[in-house]
Amino acid sequence: MAEVLLRAAGVGKHFGGVKALRDVSLTIGLGEVYGLIGPNGAGKTTFFNCLTGLYVPDGGAFDFAGRPLKADAPHQAAERGIARTFQNIRLFGNMSAVENVMVGRHVRTGAGVFGAMFRDARTRAEEAAIRRRAAELLHYVGIADRADDLAKNLSYGDQRRLEIARALATEPQLLCLDEPAAGMNATETEELRLLIEGIRRDGTTILLIEHDVKLVMGLCDRVAVLDYGEKICEDVPAVVQKDSRVIEAYLGGSVA
Amino acid sequence: MAKWLNPRSALGLALIAAVLVALPFVAALGGQAWVRIVNFAILYVFLALGLNIVVGFAGLLDLGYIAFYAVGAYVYALLASPHFGLHLPFWAILPIGAVLACGFGVALGSPTLKLRGDYLAIVTLGFGEIIRIFLNNLNAPVNITNGAQGVTLIDPIAVGGFKFSAASQIFGLTVSGPQKYYFFLVALALLVIVINLRLQHSRIGRAWQAIREDEIAAKAIGINTRNIKLLAFAMGASFGGIAGGIFSAMQGFVSPESFSLIESVMVLAMVVLGGMGHIPGVILGAVLLTVLPEVLRYGVGPIQQVVFGKVLVDPESLRMLIFGLALVLVMRWKPAGLWPSPERRRELAETRAEKL
Repeated sequence: MAEVLLRAAGVGKHFGGVKALRDVSLTIGLGEVYGLIGPNGAGKTTFFNCLTGLYVPDGGAFDFAGRPLKADAPHQAAERGIARTFQNIRLFGNMSAVENVMVGRHVRTGAGVFGAMFRDARTRAEEAAIRRRAAELLHYVGIADRADDLAKNLSYGDQRRLEIARALATEPQLLCLDEPAAGMNATETEELRLLIEGIRRDGTTILLIEHDVKLVMGLCDRVAVLDYGEKICEDVPAVVQKDSRVIEAYLGGSVA
Repeated sequence: MAKWLNPRSALGLALIAAVLVALPFVAALGGQAWVRIVNFAILYVFLALGLNIVVGFAGLLDLGYIAFYAVGAYVYALLASPHFGLHLPFWAILPIGAVLACGFGVALGSPTLKLRGDYLAIVTLGFGEIIRIFLNNLNAPVNITNGAQGVTLIDPIAVGGFKFSAASQIFGLTVSGPQKYYFFLVALALLVIVINLRLQHSRIGRAWQAIREDEIAAKAIGINTRNIKLLAFAMGASFGGIAGGIFSAMQGFVSPESFSLIESVMVLAMVVLGGMGHIPGVILGAVLLTVLPEVLRYGVGPIQQVVFGKVLVDPESLRMLIFGLALVLVMRWKPAGLWPSPERRRELAETRAEKL
């Protein structure tokens, strides 16, 4: 494995008596596509939320790009270069597609109230750059022609793409996708696979939660399997597929 | 920019300018009282636009907004009246009022921004009342606000020897005090409108809208929601503070009863009735809700006199009745406000269609 981008060490999280995550440790290498799979309720999204600062983990620590990640405020995770999408799409519905992506530039730009009021040369230049970059990203994910439509009026697949474009606008080093193929048909899933491969090729590391086994096995360099909040396996897809504990977790009970 | 220069827009702008210039002289035909009413309408445009930043842009319900108006008004009153013997010029006081109101906005915002919706509304309501009660009682042991009697003999706005309170001859035209304030207010109002429009279409404005749409997603893409919300509070409060200062100067007198809860409710009603988040709508709401009650006040009595030969219903009580009825009707038939932004209208139309 190449250089390590993210190292999670002993991350735990419980809600009341339910242990959603127990002592989860994993490392993601720079430039990898890393899959996180497991049955429903295994703690995948909880792990995402801990990583991106929406939850404060009870124990353990994250190291990101060689420095500890102080994951107590979500906007700091984005500043450090971790972007995410949501399992149930969370777009800004009443803003146009291009505006959604423009908001994504927020964390990499700096115009304040006075810039907005006086519209000095720097602010105008920054605003133009934001608009240009947003248009590029819409083109990149393939929905340039829907730029001025309200986000909520886009088709399901386009909304997924828009969410990815918005996440990319924050210039992430690590892009976390939470079930991006959920609810997609075969064609849409295939298009998504091509998009994710393109993003990887352009140098962004990807952490992927997904139920579509074909997609995960086809895309991921390595896969970790969570079950009842514990990591039960981590390896290349071909090995994970044959692991008895994984099969047991998915099918329930032992398989003779 | 070319859009601005086409003949139709130019004609429209010229018409608006002509109306704005002629208005105080037309209103004066009905007496100077009407010029004052127009002035108040503009002052409420200020307030409504300020509150619109908080409620319309950032989506935070604020029921104590009038407190910032009160802070601005008292800052002006105390720094330009015989009460403390201070007579600072208006261009020094208005910024002080704005900054202080902004400080109060941050003071209110920082502990409460974890709250949402109803809970935030209750806290802001409490804040508004606290400020009013303080103003009412800060006359002992040290007399700061002069209590319920209020502060009198406040200096009018003046530039050198040119006072805004008295009539004077300009180019052979007699311009009354209220008319002078009118032009001062219109100039400021245009500035405020431009600032609001620019804020709305800026990085900060987009962040506000994002927070209103989905706070969690806004956080996840790196918006420091706490600071950006505080900024909305601070900006809204500053506008309220400036409006308050001008109110003080225009009236020459302030007392705590000008800043009761009903005032906060009125300003909020202007924003909601006009069209939340849509600047032209908010302006319309403010003008309507200031001018219509006055029309009623002056119209209802005489009409009853003509029709029935005597005044049957006290105009004052009828005013609130009609006002309430109008609110209900507007909310029933135009739930997005009288002049909503195109997106908001569509949004509500769609929810309605889904229900059917």
